[in-house]
Amino acid sequence: MSLLSVENLVARHGLLTAVQSFSFAVEPGEVVAIVGANGAGKTTLFRAIAGVHAAASGVIRFAGVDVTALPPHKRVAAGIAMVPEGRRLFPDMTVSENLRIAGENGRRGDWSLATVLDALPQLRPLVGVPAGQLSGGQRQAVAIGRALMSNPSLLLLDEVSLGLSPIAVESLYETLAVLKASGETTMIVVEQDLDRALGFADRVICMLEGKTALEGSAAALTRPQIAAAYFGLGAEAGKVH
Amino acid sequence: MLDALIQGILLGGYYAILAAGLSLMFGVLRFINLAHGDLAILGAYLVLFGVERLGLSPWLAVLAVLPVMATLGWLLQGMLFARTMRGGFLLPLLTTFGLGAVLQNGMFGLFGSDAKSLGNSIGSLSWDSWQLPFDISLGKLPVITFVIAVIVLAGLQLLLSYTRLGRAIRATSADPEAAELVGVDAATVHRAAAAIAVALAGLAGAFLAMRAVIGPYSGPAQLIFAFEAVVIGGIGSLWGTLIGGIILGVSQSLGSLLSPQWFQLAGHTLFLGVLGARLYLNHAASRGGLRLNLKGAR
Amino acid sequence: MSVMPRFSVERWTRAGRVTIGVALLALALLALLPGFASGLVIDKLTTLFVYILLAAMWNLLAGYAGLVSVGQQVFFGLAAYFALRLVDLGMPPYLALCLGAGAAGLTAIPLSFFVLRLKGGEFAIAMWVVAEAVRVVVMLDPLVQGETGTSLIAMNSFDPDLRRNLTFWMALCATALILGLTYWLLRGRVGAAAQAIRDDEEASVSVGVKVMRVKQIIFVLAAVGCAFAGVIWLASAITFQPRTNFGVQWTVFMLFMALVGGLRTFEGPILGAVLFFLLQEFFGDFGAWYLAGVGALAVAFALYLPDGLWGAIRKRTGVELLPTGVRMTAGEQPQSTRPRVRSQRPAKDSA
Repeated sequence: MSLLSVENLVARHGLLTAVQSFSFAVEPGEVVAIVGANGAGKTTLFRAIAGVHAAASGVIRFAGVDVTALPPHKRVAAGIAMVPEGRRLFPDMTVSENLRIAGENGRRGDWSLATVLDALPQLRPLVGVPAGQLSGGQRQAVAIGRALMSNPSLLLLDEVSLGLSPIAVESLYETLAVLKASGETTMIVVEQDLDRALGFADRVICMLEGKTALEGSAAALTRPQIAAAYFGLGAEAGKVH
Repeated sequence: MLDALIQGILLGGYYAILAAGLSLMFGVLRFINLAHGDLAILGAYLVLFGVERLGLSPWLAVLAVLPVMATLGWLLQGMLFARTMRGGFLLPLLTTFGLGAVLQNGMFGLFGSDAKSLGNSIGSLSWDSWQLPFDISLGKLPVITFVIAVIVLAGLQLLLSYTRLGRAIRATSADPEAAELVGVDAATVHRAAAAIAVALAGLAGAFLAMRAVIGPYSGPAQLIFAFEAVVIGGIGSLWGTLIGGIILGVSQSLGSLLSPQWFQLAGHTLFLGVLGARLYLNHAASRGGLRLNLKGAR
Repeated sequence: MSVMPRFSVERWTRAGRVTIGVALLALALLALLPGFASGLVIDKLTTLFVYILLAAMWNLLAGYAGLVSVGQQVFFGLAAYFALRLVDLGMPPYLALCLGAGAAGLTAIPLSFFVLRLKGGEFAIAMWVVAEAVRVVVMLDPLVQGETGTSLIAMNSFDPDLRRNLTFWMALCATALILGLTYWLLRGRVGAAAQAIRDDEEASVSVGVKVMRVKQIIFVLAAVGCAFAGVIWLASAITFQPRTNFGVQWTVFMLFMALVGGLRTFEGPILGAVLFFLLQEFFGDFGAWYLAGVGALAVAFALYLPDGLWGAIRKRTGVELLPTGVRMTAGEQPQSTRPRVRSQRPAKDSA
């Protein structure tokens, strides 16, 4: 059974239909990357899965349960956690408070303040610092740590490398690689950097104007194929295994 | 003169309790409750009911009324305020104003127009005072009000800083959506904040009834004072409401030395003055800031 | 082969033209009314005009400019106060009333520079504080005698019937003029600019809308309207009491009428005023419970029918008697049977 199954999801932004009858599924332990140009509907898709954006129609099934009507905090309780675009930390709360609040309101599991700090040791000296005073890379680390504190079985990472220096991105993906290796956390990653996406994910989906333009395993897809699908050129769309 | 100053400072304690609830609602829900003063008066009437009809001692009645007011706040938020918050800022203002009209006239219909007071029930406390050197007398009731105000504010501060609910409240007021994403049920947090705010209003109302006379239409005047205290002290700051309350109380107290009208007028003038000063400072800062940038560019 | 359709901009609909015609006719009839209607009817109509003025002005501020003022009563009371002062100096009453209203309207100009820079809730409360402060200051005037108030005794020099009719005509003129001015303004650039500001102030600035100027025009017009309502009230009630003439209950009434009638529409407040007038007539005797009911009704409308009665009617039937918007029509022939293509004015009506 797929961990996450999205069936014919439609999501609107005012008069614009950002996600059009979108369907895909994610298996437990898989890492899926979603790529696409700005405005392709990636963030709206994520927000709809997390619950902060209402689905106009369609079904979202998580671990077999229909969660389409559940509010976001209940989806967190079910096991979905999102690292939102722009991090969205609570600026006046310290790093430890940001982590604690997620821990208090999330699920029980292996992730706790101690283990998260073990996984993200760069945060240890920063626990008492208000989140608003951190650098971009530090904030991203806190954001990921905060999502982990909910002990999710599905982790949604929206544009985590946006605005970070190459070193910070490198360090970030090292942490994510460890997570991937443990095999316990299923991840969906929205990523602008195609190389990263292909290198990190098992499967890649390319979105264009709210629909799937191309889908396939990272190993099988070539860069020209993805580029064509990305920009909507020619008849390259379809599934490739 | 010194007497007036001290009275003003102590009056600030009452304003702080009244304003704290208003400030909390605004800080957490971005919601200005125009019925806040009327809710305070409602609390006072409930305490009076407890004392006169049920024969409770005033302090016991106050304690009993607090959970009642908290429940009312919870329900109001869940059933009324939450639904209007989606309508921009127009609907909440309209709804709470209408609610205020309902409360005022409802209380008039239920309790009549007689001015009431708890002063009779607290015995000599309403006028007793401690005599200090230099001919200063400290009214016992004002001091108790002030002390309770400080305790209440400190309690709120502790709640916000160290408890799970407090963290949830702070997160929700900073970014409601992000709070939801970490598992916080924003709707429940809003209800809790409203419950605390309305309970505080009721407490303030009780203190008002102890030192003065109240009537069903006394709400709006108190709302204006509360709002003035919040703005003077700085919106968004908890201890700012105490400072704002004190400044308001002092200005009113000193104003009343001139005439009864100046009691109110002093507060209004100060409020408008502070607003004006803030506008001017913002205006100047935006222009001054630009100049700084140009300097740096050279 | 397709012909490029020619578009033309239409400001008037047939319904609109008919309505204006009917309105002018009604105006003429009303002017002649004192000739054959009883004194009671004249009195009641005068009160209705006051309500219509107040409702229309509050809607102008809140519905079109997005400014929720909880202190419009300041102009209502100040106009009456100025009139009283002018009469005290020996001016004939009706002249004093008009000048008093004008003076009160003028005070809105300097006030606007201050209050219009405030946002949302701050603006609402600041207006209320201004109203309260002015009330207290007016009470300091010995002429007013504090809470007791005073009366426009000079009115007694008129024959009661004459006085009633004069007040009626003044009310009719003021209402017609101010409503006309409001409608003209709303259909013009100011109206469009105001709606743009209401929808998105930043975007409006970026397309060159002079936000402050537009808001000021609307604020001053609303003040003048409320001021005239205030002097008409004084002329008809004769007594002046600070608590009554500067009372915040006027805002409750204005809010009710505009909200229930329909914010953001021109016809709505008029409907709301008529409704409120009828409610007062039938239920006013119930005193406080009636007022509580008015408040409850306002809350119910805010929750369930935020577009008001007229807004709901307009949504259902598409009828717009006095349109303030613009519609495009498309057609290949510039002649008679043009297919009407309504262009949707992006109006953020509810939520």
